[in-house]
Amino acid sequence: MAKMNLEQLRKLREEKKGDMVRRNVEGKNIQIIVGMGTCGIAAGAKQTFDEIVKAVEENKISADVIIRQTGCMGLCYVEPTVEIVMPGMPATIYGRVDVSIAREIVAKHVVGKTLVENHIYDRPAVDIVKS
Amino acid sequence: MHFAICDFLLDMIQNSVEAGASTIAVGVIEEGGVLDAYVEDDGKGMDELELERAKDPFYTDGKKHPGRRMGLGIPFLLQSLEIAGGSYELRSRKGEGTSLSFRFPADGIDTPPTGDLAGLFLSAMCFDGDYELKVLRRAPARDVGYEIRRSEILDAVGDLSDAGALLAAREFLASQEAS
Repeated sequence: MAKMNLEQLRKLREEKKGDMVRRNVEGKNIQIIVGMGTCGIAAGAKQTFDEIVKAVEENKISADVIIRQTGCMGLCYVEPTVEIVMPGMPATIYGRVDVSIAREIVAKHVVGKTLVENHIYDRPAVDIVKS
Repeated sequence: MHFAICDFLLDMIQNSVEAGASTIAVGVIEEGGVLDAYVEDDGKGMDELELERAKDPFYTDGKKHPGRRMGLGIPFLLQSLEIAGGSYELRSRKGEGTSLSFRFPADGIDTPPTGDLAGLFLSAMCFDGDYELKVLRRAPARDVGYEIRRSEILDAVGDLSDAGALLAAREFLASQEAS
């Protein structure tokens, strides 16, 4: 592979923009957030992140989706964790999201608006956590 | 425990972002049988006591995880260096920033695999916030050598929360790593 320069990167980006199919006129309103703290990294969150990026592109929904990284969400025992916030679905945190579950979440939850069973978790309740 | 050297580095960069750094420098240099790496930031820094405690796996400042008594990022790295016969320097000044550099013997049997450097640098650019990331990379034996900044990538592809931008940036970084 030849090394790209920044001008070629700019061109590549413009080409990819042409592939987008914009469904929502009001802009991006689906957020996918991947936990990338020590716990997430140790459990393979980087691979999960990469797979989500690929799956979003393949499903042609990148015009509607924001993909972000954050630190630890407090669910270290079920990393990698992925939170999805979007209209028409409850804000959901998925745990134990390996590469294949990541793909399933994009296809079922984000595109199909159906929860992916057996991977739904929630933040620890604040009233039971001693500070 | 982290699998690859890239995982340790991403963890350290995430610390820098959380420490409120506005400029973070990261370098990975493979030369003369040694893998040298560093992460330097101008975040909130630590005093001497905090710096000692950062090396203790059973210490955290308690802000990120209320009720929990663990902070494994730096201890993971130090343990791995000890096992592999590597070395490190960790310096910090309260209010000024922190710098960490470490080196592994490149062919050591206990040296972790380097990992996916293009993915590391991309992930390191994707955290929320307005910070500059300066990447320095050298591996002359593989004919690899480049410097790139987060601001340059953002300028070329736009916001990195977009899948198309991420894929383009990834392809760019992967091409720099290709020998």
